[in-house]
Amino acid sequence: MNANAVHTLWTSAAADPISKIPSPTIEYAQLAPVMIVIGAAVIGIVVEAFAPRRARYHIQLWLTVVALGAAFASVVALAVGGYATTKQTSVAMGALAVDGPALFLQGVILLSGVLAAFTFAERRLDRAHGKRVDSFVAQAGAVPGSEAEQAAVKAGFATTEVFPLMLFAVGGMIVFPAANDLLTLFIALEVFSLPLYLMCALARRRRLMSQESAVKYFLLGAFSSAFLLFGIALLYGYSGSVSYAVIADVVDGTLISNDPVLAQTMGNDALLLIGMALVLMGLLFKVGAVPFHMWTPDVYQGAPTPVTGFMAAATKVAAFGALLRLLYVVLPGMRWDWRPVMWGVAIATMVVGAIVAVTQTDVKRLLAYSSVAHAGFILAGVIAATPAGVSSVLFYLAAYSFVTIGAFAVVTLVRDAGGEATHLSKWAGLGRRSPLVAAVFAVFLLAFAGIPLTSGFSGKFAVFSAAAEGGAGALVIIGVLSSAVAAFFYVRVIVLMFFSEPRADGPTVTVPSPLTMSVIGVGVVVTVVLGVAPQYFLDLAGQASVFVR
Amino acid sequence: MENLIALLVAAPLLGAAVLLLGGRRLDRAGHLLGTVMAAASFGLAVVLFTDMLGRAGDDRSLHQHLFSWIPVGGFQADVAFQLDQLSMTFVLLITGVGTLIHVYSIGYMEHDERRRRFFAYLNLFLAAMLLLVLADNYLLLYVGWEGVGVASYLLIGFWQHKPSAATAAKKAFLVNRVGDVGLSIAIMLMFTTFGTFAFGPVLTSTGETSEGKLTAIALMLLLAACGKSAQVPLQSWLGDAMEGPTPVSALIHAATMVTAGVYLITRSGAIFNAAPDAQTVVVVVGAVTLLFGAIVGCAKDDIKKALAGSTMSQIGYMVLAAGLGPIGYVFAIMHLVTHGFFKAGLFLGAGSVMHGMNDEVDMRKYGGLRKYMPVTFVTFGLGYLAIIGFPGLSGFWSKDKIIEAAFAKGGAEGWILGAVTLLGAALTAYYMTRVMLMTFFGEKRWQPDAEGNEPHPHESPKSMTIPMIVLAFGSVFAGGLFSLGDSFIKWLEPVTAFEHGHSPLSAAVVTSATVVVLLIGVGLAWLQYGRKPVPVVAPRGSLLTRAARRDLGQDDFNHVVLVRGGEHLTRSLVYVDHTLVDGVVNGTAASVGGLSGRLRKLQTGYARTYAVSMFGGTAVLIAATLLMRAV
Repeated sequence: MNANAVHTLWTSAAADPISKIPSPTIEYAQLAPVMIVIGAAVIGIVVEAFAPRRARYHIQLWLTVVALGAAFASVVALAVGGYATTKQTSVAMGALAVDGPALFLQGVILLSGVLAAFTFAERRLDRAHGKRVDSFVAQAGAVPGSEAEQAAVKAGFATTEVFPLMLFAVGGMIVFPAANDLLTLFIALEVFSLPLYLMCALARRRRLMSQESAVKYFLLGAFSSAFLLFGIALLYGYSGSVSYAVIADVVDGTLISNDPVLAQTMGNDALLLIGMALVLMGLLFKVGAVPFHMWTPDVYQGAPTPVTGFMAAATKVAAFGALLRLLYVVLPGMRWDWRPVMWGVAIATMVVGAIVAVTQTDVKRLLAYSSVAHAGFILAGVIAATPAGVSSVLFYLAAYSFVTIGAFAVVTLVRDAGGEATHLSKWAGLGRRSPLVAAVFAVFLLAFAGIPLTSGFSGKFAVFSAAAEGGAGALVIIGVLSSAVAAFFYVRVIVLMFFSEPRADGPTVTVPSPLTMSVIGVGVVVTVVLGVAPQYFLDLAGQASVFVR
Repeated sequence: MENLIALLVAAPLLGAAVLLLGGRRLDRAGHLLGTVMAAASFGLAVVLFTDMLGRAGDDRSLHQHLFSWIPVGGFQADVAFQLDQLSMTFVLLITGVGTLIHVYSIGYMEHDERRRRFFAYLNLFLAAMLLLVLADNYLLLYVGWEGVGVASYLLIGFWQHKPSAATAAKKAFLVNRVGDVGLSIAIMLMFTTFGTFAFGPVLTSTGETSEGKLTAIALMLLLAACGKSAQVPLQSWLGDAMEGPTPVSALIHAATMVTAGVYLITRSGAIFNAAPDAQTVVVVVGAVTLLFGAIVGCAKDDIKKALAGSTMSQIGYMVLAAGLGPIGYVFAIMHLVTHGFFKAGLFLGAGSVMHGMNDEVDMRKYGGLRKYMPVTFVTFGLGYLAIIGFPGLSGFWSKDKIIEAAFAKGGAEGWILGAVTLLGAALTAYYMTRVMLMTFFGEKRWQPDAEGNEPHPHESPKSMTIPMIVLAFGSVFAGGLFSLGDSFIKWLEPVTAFEHGHSPLSAAVVTSATVVVLLIGVGLAWLQYGRKPVPVVAPRGSLLTRAARRDLGQDDFNHVVLVRGGEHLTRSLVYVDHTLVDGVVNGTAASVGGLSGRLRKLQTGYARTYAVSMFGGTAVLIAATLLMRAV
């Protein structure tokens, strides 16, 4: 673009400012879920500033749960009102889509948020100076191991900021799969990523590890954001717009240059291909696909376990939602370009996730690699490029998020003097000491492994059958083989829990408050119901599988 | 009326459920409840029978659709009942003899602690057997088929504290499984061939199917029949099944369950008629078993095992008759019913003898019992006369017809079959006379039992003798009644079809020949066991005798061929499993583990490594995307 052209751009914009920048129309009803959550987050900040310290915990918990519940109710209301099927639309000047996949995934994220809020609020598991405390550091600013930290603990400080932080994250996450232009996509990504980086650093125990994980996550997240942003720029250069619909039209060839200034770059396939690859990379980083997965084990292990559970479930849902929309709405015309590449990514993700998990010795790292492998399985459904692919991915994400939050909630219960006992050797014989907890964890592990009568099986079956129908038979075979490898390490934990002698210095299972109990209970119930009678939910996901364009 | 059919099955099923679930509270009244349920079913059967007699021949079949069982696309299985003349015959036999044996068991099992359970199993058996004969499709028949198998297993092993009983039950179960596999394969073949397994459509559309398929189905049905009816080659379990309480032997292993195979062949007559090769096999199986059972029966000193051999042989007659096609079906069923009377009576008599002789079963230790057990002697004697085919008694009428039909098969085949059936009749006369003489005549050869108790033979209580008397009436008159004016033929003809066979020998010649061989058999037995005293210790005997005592080597054969063969097979499979399969599996596991360890090292914990990996990954992603377009 030469200087002259830039000049023209500026002057033409200045000549008629009013008509170039139309006043936005805002559909409040359709935006209600997002606005409730973000609004509550802002109120939460105000609460932190003005409410007395002792009252904050209760106010924040109630505020969070009510806000998430209200948002979920409005999502349900929109879905019932037909916005998921017949009345699907895009709102806020085309920035956000209100359609089946968006509403379905928003519902899943909001429910995960409620469950996560319960685990955040759990205060019966740990004690400090005789007081019951939650999983988060007393004062985030205090240097680990310093006197200031001791003083903060003694004073009974609590980082109740995690609740508004989580609300902001949820706000970003529910925008992410609904984002209908690339800028909204990027903003949403940052809105939910930044609070996550912070929350990762807030562990009460093993603070150095927690902070290390936060820094790593932040550095790598920023790195991937840069790629994503660069990709967005290239796609804008290619199409002259950030709107999904316009880009899609340009890709299809139905829309030719609408702006003489961009005529030189528009329709340049190199821009499209590189831009596509970069944007895909940014999203694959968030879902934890190989080779962009390396942050997951470190961050999952270092972050406070409730945060890990939330992150593992909700981030994956949001990121896969965005990935689906990008591939199915913006780039369906590029199917023959992205499918082979995604094939490679999916295979690498399934294989590496499953194989590396085999030698893990820490429960949280094990679950991290398991999440990598699951990302691969979900990618297989994404690659199907059919409506069945969309619905199977939606179902899988819903099933997976409940199992994940439940499993991490169980991890918080098994503790010894040093906090959570995450090393696998300590879990030996757990089934003899605490048969119920071990049995519940076994249910989750079986669901991860995809054993029939659990939601994991229904999900895997849906995804693999969609992939097979979509012509990705080889991928399915590799997926099934990877599942077999993965089954090994899940079952190994079950064997360890039930068929090994308990260790003398083994951990104890702490009895949690009804908050965590209800989280685990909901997790088990959903896991079994989706495994035994999945049809209703499969139908629901099937109805919700059409994107607005 | 048709709504009552389900109640036939429901009554004993309810009895079984109540008795099994009711627990010890029902111990004192359990036997009465069980008997009442059997009697209720019999009463209902009589009501349905009189109703059926009131309608014309072609209009007698009743149908009751209970509910749709497995409705999956083209796979429609219903729980529905069909009560036609054939089923009715069986229902009356099963519930009638069944009720009598329930009554008998009240006395026979009086001192058994687990009597309630025994009656529960008997009721369960009745329910399953009725389901078998009332089902209107092969799948539901299969349910009943397996049900009687379970009941038979439970009852053979009823005295499970005896290792021999437990083993016998297991043996019966295993051998029956082989037959059951045949039935399940037959049902699958039917479904693939006809798209259904309801009797109606299957049996009317045999004309549109290739003979090869029908032969396959028929042979599989025959395999099933061989298992359930103890026909060669699946005969080995019946002798051991005598470990069960004697009422069980009478009801299940003489009168009803073991005839299920004959029912199956007769019911599937349309299939067999269209598959002449399979019919030949049926006839051969029947003929071989007929002689096999009779020879074994001649050598056994155990009264129940001698009767078991006889049962096998008599069912051989029925199977042979059923294999003859429309000239034989009616007579197969007729012999089945008369046999049900006299064989049940004989077993009950044997039970009565054992009851009086401290449960001794060795006939060499009986002798001279006619004075001590007059009722048993008379009823047993009438059963004896009936089974050997003494002119005028039940067995005479039915067996004579089968022999005639065998000759009527025609050609060399007819002559061979006729000769075999005549030889069988002679053997029957021989071994039954032997049983009779050794038990009721001659010197007392009683021995004290293991605890040193001298036997004090006495007549059994009324609850046992009355059923024997009733069955004796059946043994005497049933055959004559059926033959009077060909009433039985007219009764069954609408269901099984009937053709008059044209025997090369006139009926009079066949009948005289039958009587002659009968006299020869009786005479030989008298020469051997009546004229001179019976030794208490069995003499070594001829080669044939010794072979017959060992059941003609059936167990040795099974052991060498099946058990050893099976062991070799499993051993070689285990070898393959250990070396090949485990090798591959362990190798895979080791390589996955090794790979895992190596890949793990990439996870250095340094953010810079991760960033490089991401950068490299992105580069590859872009390169691959561009490459795809270039290609």
